[in-house]
Formats: sequence, C-alpha cells, structure tokens
Amino acid sequence: MNAPITITIDGVEVPATPGQTILEAADAAGIYIPRLCYRPGLEPYGGCRVCMVHVAGRACAACTQPVSPNMVVENDTGELQEQRKMIIEMLFVEGNHFCMFCEKSGNCELQALAYRFGITAPRFDLFFPKRDVDASHPEILIDHNRCILCAGCVRASRDLDGKSIFHFTGRGPDRRIAVNAEAQLAATDADVTDRALDVCPVGALLRKREGYRTPVGQRPYDQAPIGSNDQPEEA
Amino acid sequence: MTAALASAIGEICDGVGRDPTRLLDVARAVQERFRCVSTAATDHIAKELGVPRGDVDGLVSFYAFLSREPKGRVVIRLSDDIIDRLHGFDRVRDAFGRALGIEPGQTTPDGAITLETTSCIGMCDQAPAALVNEVVVTDLSTDRAREIVGDLRDHMEPARLVRTFGDGNNAHDLVRAMVNNNIRAEGPFVLSELQRGEAVSKAIGVSPAEVIRAVKTARLRGRGGAGFPTGMKWEYARNAEPPDGSRRKFVICNADEGEPGTFKDRVILTERADRVLAGMTIAGYAIGAEEGILYLRDEYAYLQRYLEHLIDERRGDGLLGPRILGTDFGFDVRIQMGAGAYICGEETALINSCEGKRGDPRNRPPFPAQSGYLGCPTIVNNPETLCCVTKIIETGPATFCAHGSPASSGTKLLSVSGDCHAPGVYELPFGLTLRALLDRAGAADAAAVQVGGPSGTMVAPDHFDRRIEFDDLATGGAIMVFGPDRDILEIVRGFMDFFVHESCGYCTPCRVGNVILRDRIARIIDDRGEPSDLDELETLSQTIRATSRCGLGQTSPNPVLSTLESFRSAYEQRVEADPDGFRRSFDLASSVCLTVSPDARPSSGGREPSP
Ligand SMILES: Cc1cc2nc3c(=O)[nH]c(=O)nc-3n(C[C@H](O)[C@H](O)[C@H](O)COP(=O)(O)O)c2cc1C
Ligand code: SF4
Ligand code: SF4
Ligand code: FES
Repeated sequence: MNAPITITIDGVEVPATPGQTILEAADAAGIYIPRLCYRPGLEPYGGCRVCMVHVAGRACAACTQPVSPNMVVENDTGELQEQRKMIIEMLFVEGNHFCMFCEKSGNCELQALAYRFGITAPRFDLFFPKRDVDASHPEILIDHNRCILCAGCVRASRDLDGKSIFHFTGRGPDRRIAVNAEAQLAATDADVTDRALDVCPVGALLRKREGYRTPVGQRPYDQAPIGSNDQPEEA
Repeated sequence: MTAALASAIGEICDGVGRDPTRLLDVARAVQERFRCVSTAATDHIAKELGVPRGDVDGLVSFYAFLSREPKGRVVIRLSDDIIDRLHGFDRVRDAFGRALGIEPGQTTPDGAITLETTSCIGMCDQAPAALVNEVVVTDLSTDRAREIVGDLRDHMEPARLVRTFGDGNNAHDLVRAMVNNNIRAEGPFVLSELQRGEAVSKAIGVSPAEVIRAVKTARLRGRGGAGFPTGMKWEYARNAEPPDGSRRKFVICNADEGEPGTFKDRVILTERADRVLAGMTIAGYAIGAEEGILYLRDEYAYLQRYLEHLIDERRGDGLLGPRILGTDFGFDVRIQMGAGAYICGEETALINSCEGKRGDPRNRPPFPAQSGYLGCPTIVNNPETLCCVTKIIETGPATFCAHGSPASSGTKLLSVSGDCHAPGVYELPFGLTLRALLDRAGAADAAAVQVGGPSGTMVAPDHFDRRIEFDDLATGGAIMVFGPDRDILEIVRGFMDFFVHESCGYCTPCRVGNVILRDRIARIIDDRGEPSDLDELETLSQTIRATSRCGLGQTSPNPVLSTLESFRSAYEQRVEADPDGFRRSFDLASSVCLTVSPDARPSSGGREPSP
C-alpha cells in the first residue's frame, strides 16, 4: 500500500508516497508550489487557492489533492501564475494591509508572495473594510484588518492545543475569525504558549511585544524571496 | 427569564437526545421559540450539547433564518430575485415598508413585525411572493401588501392570511397554502400517477445489483444540475465500506432547491412526494442503506407536516420501517430542515448541514459515496432523479429511454418564469429546443432566456434552436424569460448580488472575486465603465471559475461570461473612454472629500454596490 510511486511535476519525475498530497510531494522534492493556507502539520484546508495546479488538465488545489501513481502535474505555467497573482491581489484588497506599519513585515507570507509575483499596486479597488482589533488579552493581539481567513489558528487551536479558541463566524464576505467567548480574547483560555499563535501567515494573530525583536531588514523574506531554496523553512 | 431560557433549551436538547449533530435542529427550535439565538442561548446550547461555544455561534451566524438579535413575532421575508424584481418587487417592498413604518432589515418598535428580503423562495411562477413566518403569500401587489400588514396588525396570525387554497395538495389539510402548482405539462414519468408500493415491491423483488443495472441501462443522469450518472454513483456507494465498527450508509434527498427560478421540486414534493420517498427507499435497497434523510429547505417548511404525514402513512403500509413488505430489508426516513442557505444545496455542504454544522462545502476527495454523512458512504440525489428511478423500476428502462434524446434519456421538469404567458412547471422530453418551450409558454417575444438559473447560460434569440439536454443546454430546470425591455446588465447585477450573498466565503476567489465582479458591473451600469473593463471582467471571471473550491464559485461568473459573449453590445453601449484620458471610474469629488464617514464602506465588503 505504501510502496513509493512516481509523479511528474512540470516535467520532472519526483518520488511520492500514497497518502501524500501533491504539495507535500513537491516540498519533499524541493519544488516550490506557492501556498498560503497550507500550514505544515495541520489538516489541509484548501481555502486560499494559491496552490492551484493542473492535473490532466483539471484544476485542483495541491494542498488537498492526494497523489496517485503516474500523476502528471502542471505547476509553473503562465496561466496558473497569473491566477495565483490575481488571488493574492484579491486578498490584499479585501483587508487593510499597511505593510509599512506592520510588525510582521519581512516575515509575512502574503507580503512575500506579493514580492515574488511582482505585485506593486493591486489592480482592483481596495475594499477598505471596517474591521476590529482585539487587544484585550495581555499577551496576544488579533488584528482582523490583516486576517486572510486561512483557518490556521482555527485548526491549530482545535487540533494541536485541544482548545477550539478560534472559529469562523458569518458567511461570504462577512466571514470573520471569532473567539470562543461572548466578546473578546481575554475572556477565553488562550495562552501565550498556545501553538495556535505560531501559525498565522500574516500579522493578524501576534504575541505582543515581540514584533520588533528581529530588526527590519534582517527578517526571513528580507533576505531571500519566499519559496527560494535558501529560504529557512520556519520563518 | 434566563431560568426559563435555560430550561427550555434543556428540553429542546433532550428532544434530540443531546446529540451534537442535531445542533441545527436545536438552533431552529430556539429561534422559533425565542425569536433569536441570543448570546445567553448560545452559551446554554453549547453547555447542554457539550460543544465549543464557537460551534453554535458559527452555525447561527451562517444561516439566514437564524439570528442573534431578536426578530419580530412575525417575520415577513420578501423574495428578492430577478423574477420578483420584474414583477414589481420594488413597489411591493416599499408598500410593506410604508405600511409598517420600517425599512427592510428592521423590526417595528413594538417588536411585533420584522421586514426582510431573502433570496428566491421558489415561487417565481407566482411572483412577487413572500414568506410570513412559514406561510407563503404569492402574487403580491401594493394593495395586497397594505392589506397583509393591516390583517397582521389585527390578529398576528399568518395562517389567516391565506383565504383561498391553491390546487391539488396545496389545499390538503396539512398544507393549507395559497400556492398554485401551475403544472402546464404533465409528462409520462415524474408527474405521472402512481400506485403506492408498486415500485418498491418490484425493486425488492430483484437483487440490488439488478436495480442498479436498470438505472444504468436507463442512462439516468442526475436532475439536480450536475448530471452525474445515477447508477454509477449508486454503485460506488454500494461498493464502499462504512467506517470501522459501523454498517451505516445513507441516502439523502436534496430538496434544498435554492437556484433562483427553480420551483419544480416544490411541485414534486406537493404532488408526487410518494414517488420521492419510494425512490429513496429503492436507493437504500440498492446501496445497502437503512437510513434516509430528506433535506427540506426552510422556505418549504409549509410542506413539512404533510411530508411527515406521508412518511407515517408509508410506515403504516409497510413501505418504510424495519421490515419493508415483510422482507429483511429495513429503511426509514427523517426530515432535516434547512435554515436559509443556497450553498447547502451543494452536496457536501448539505451533508455538513445535516450533521448540524455550518454549510461550508467539504474538500474532495473523499467523495460522499465513500465518506459522507457521519463519515459513512452516502448518496445525494435530487427529488426528480428519485422520481425517475421509481418509473424506471415500474416500467423498465426501455420505456424510459424511449423518451428524450440519445444522450439524455427521459423527461425533464422545467420551471418557466418571467416574461411569458404561462409560467409554471413543464415535464417534457429532453432534446426539445428552447424555441419549442418558449412557444408553449407563450413567450414569443423573448429577447433573452437564462437557462439553468444564475449559474447557467444567458441565451440570445439567434440560439433559441439549441436543445435542452445534457450535451447542449444543461439545466437543473430553471428557465427565466426576459422580454425586449429588460436591461441585461441589471439582470447580471441581480445574479451577482445573489452569489455574493450566498457564497460561504471559505475560498478567496469566490468570497472576494464575486464582490469585485459585482461592483464592476455596477460601475458600468452607473456609466463609469471603461472599454478596458470588458477584458478585465473576462480574466477575473475566468480566474474565479478556474480556482474556486466548489460549484458555486465555479459557476458564479457565468452570468458575466455568457452575457459578454451573447450580449456584448449591452456592455459596449455602456462603456466609453474618457475624452480627457482620465479614468472614468475615479470619482474626484468623493476622493477629495475630507469628511470620511466611518461607515464609508459596509464591513461586509459591500452587500451594497460600492458608491
Ligand atoms: C451551489 C450549489 C447548489 C446546489 N443546489 C442544489 C439543489 O438545490 N438541489 C439539488 O438537487 N442539487 C443541487 N446542487 C447539486 C448537488 O451538489 C448534487 O450534485 C445533486 O444534489 C446530486 O443529485 P442528482 O445527481 O440527483 O442531480 C447544487 C450544487 C451547487 C454547487
Ligand atoms: S488570524 Fe491568522 S491564522 Fe487565523 S485565520 Fe486569520 S490569517 Fe489565518
Ligand atoms: S466556491 Fe464559494 S461557496 Fe464554494 S467553497 Fe468557495 S467560497 Fe464557499
Ligand atoms: S495552500 Fe492550498 S488552498 Fe491554500
């Protein structure tokens, strides 16, 4: 059952194991497929759609699609890169992302992807939504302006911390992260050691007083673009 | 009060055996009793069912018919879709508003009556229509709106608004609705008379494999829109292993019918529900399931008691229950009520909803036939598909295939509405041309026809000879007719409003992309469009279609794409380059306005088109 198989990504044969997703097999082979909501060690979510690839001409999310023997995957095509770029732009206009004032700058996967895809100014009108900041907790901050709804915190709190502190509320454009209390984070049993605080790809869920520990200019994506080989795995 | 709330919630939870997978039922019951699921109620429910508070809050915030803030004792929900709009929705809405002294979205100061708008309630053949609590009122006019408000002020009893009953079972004691069936063509299969018990007894007289073979031989394809071969789906589920330690498999009938302009399942459930239940039973026999769920959209709650009565009758007749017709085969059905969410028609969202969760679709694989409801092999079928099954068993596959076209066997129920003389339900053989249908429906001067509802195709007159069948104009059944005076772009905007409202918001392209699309269309309607907008609409649409996670996002740009193709001049007339080379979309006056209102843009990413 778990005998190794071979798949092809952009013409390159790579080994894979049944049960792996395309994205996992690509990572193991050192092939970068852009992604945002994929968080190593968490159940795949398939929400951001940045990791879209083509398998036999059909579009699917690399982070949720299991490998199968002799699968032929297209990843680095002009069409897919254009679609990914547009999705990243959508995420930028949907929230309020002021990178120049953000403590996550240089360590933010959304920003890093924008650089990688050469996005200077988004082609869509900004939504300028009115969103809240929850600074009620002494050690943790939620800034909904920057949340890209990747469900990282939801999955990590539920599956790694066993706490289910975060969940989604609302639907469609009104979908938001909410906390397991009537009002704010301070009323939950969130703790600064929660692993849920390690997974946010953007500056939406942060430990307080840590933002500038690494000076701007020395942060991971200041040094090498996201997805490049010399990029440290854990940012 | 809080003690009363706590004990009521305790009772409600006891009523479902404190089963967390019945959370949706609990929330609906609390909503009905207390007119909201308040913060306090959310806490109580979470405690009683032993689930995180977030599960309850997430669920309540997902479904349109659940609310955190109290609603009036009577809630008037005006059906707002393009067909209602063609038939005077705006005037009716304003008449209700004026008579009540409130705007849609508000409740009268005495807490008595709430006025809302809602997505299509499945009454396009008698539009404009509304729900008053669960009572349907149809063919509304401004006069009727004022009368309704007057009557409600008088007695606050929605049931008394119904003065004459509709035809057929609409007049049944357990239905008592003013709804009309408007059956215009009664075909040989789905709407044909049946003899209760015939199909089920014939099916269990042969082996499950033979039942599946008959369905395959008849080349039956799903009637819910996607057209998947039914026999193949059943075979997957038959061969699938339930998870460890369980023998359970499930049959779910998808009566969520939420695609605007579709109402044929309403008629099937009113007149031929016996066929649907028989079809579910046969499906259960074929795949080895003993349990079925009929998922009924909340908008059709007026049919619930009648359907429960039918289920009881069938139990009495030995056609449902532990030993069907004295054999070892047992099968039973429960009704799961929805709570206002179009996305719950998508089969994996539907399964989540049946499990008492938010109606977010699931990732595939696994497919429901492998792992669906409660992780067990599950098939989901449309009511019409299940009716076809009964007829295939009754008369044999050959008779079924004798109707329709080579690739699309049998008949299709079509819900025709809009600018035509004979709106209603037509059961006609597959393969007929759109023109033939329009002739029958009295729509000789149709200028555009939307086939398949908002997610379908807008067809221009030079293509009226296209055929209604899976390989050409595939459709779940919605046929919306638009006359020469209708504004194509307004129709597109209406459809995009719908998708923005009904997106679950899980994935980026659908959650964000549809808002951008909708706003671009609005900009063109407001005469601020530029020639370059057309190409941008196209690429944006293609991206949403190609990258969205489920069928909603994968089809939501269709109104834009199909009108860009067939009605391009409607766009070209509205866009022009600015003579001075400025971007027309840029509004200088509003951009230099320094008093920015804090609510400049609704936090919803704009339920309203952007200013
Ligand atoms: C957004 C969305 C809404 C849907 N709504 C319905 C519906 O109301 N009724 C229905 O039968 N199928 C609906 N479907 C299709 C179902 O997912 C599924 O394909 C169907 O119920 C299968 O039944 P069938 O094979 O008998 O057609 C919907 C699909 C999507 C993506
Ligand atoms: S707070 Fe961060 S981890 Fe949580 S959903 Fe938002 S972006 Fe993802
Ligand atoms: S396509 Fe739309 S409805 Fe479907 S999962 Fe994505 S956001 Fe939800
Ligand atoms: S990384 Fe695959 S959908 Fe987000």
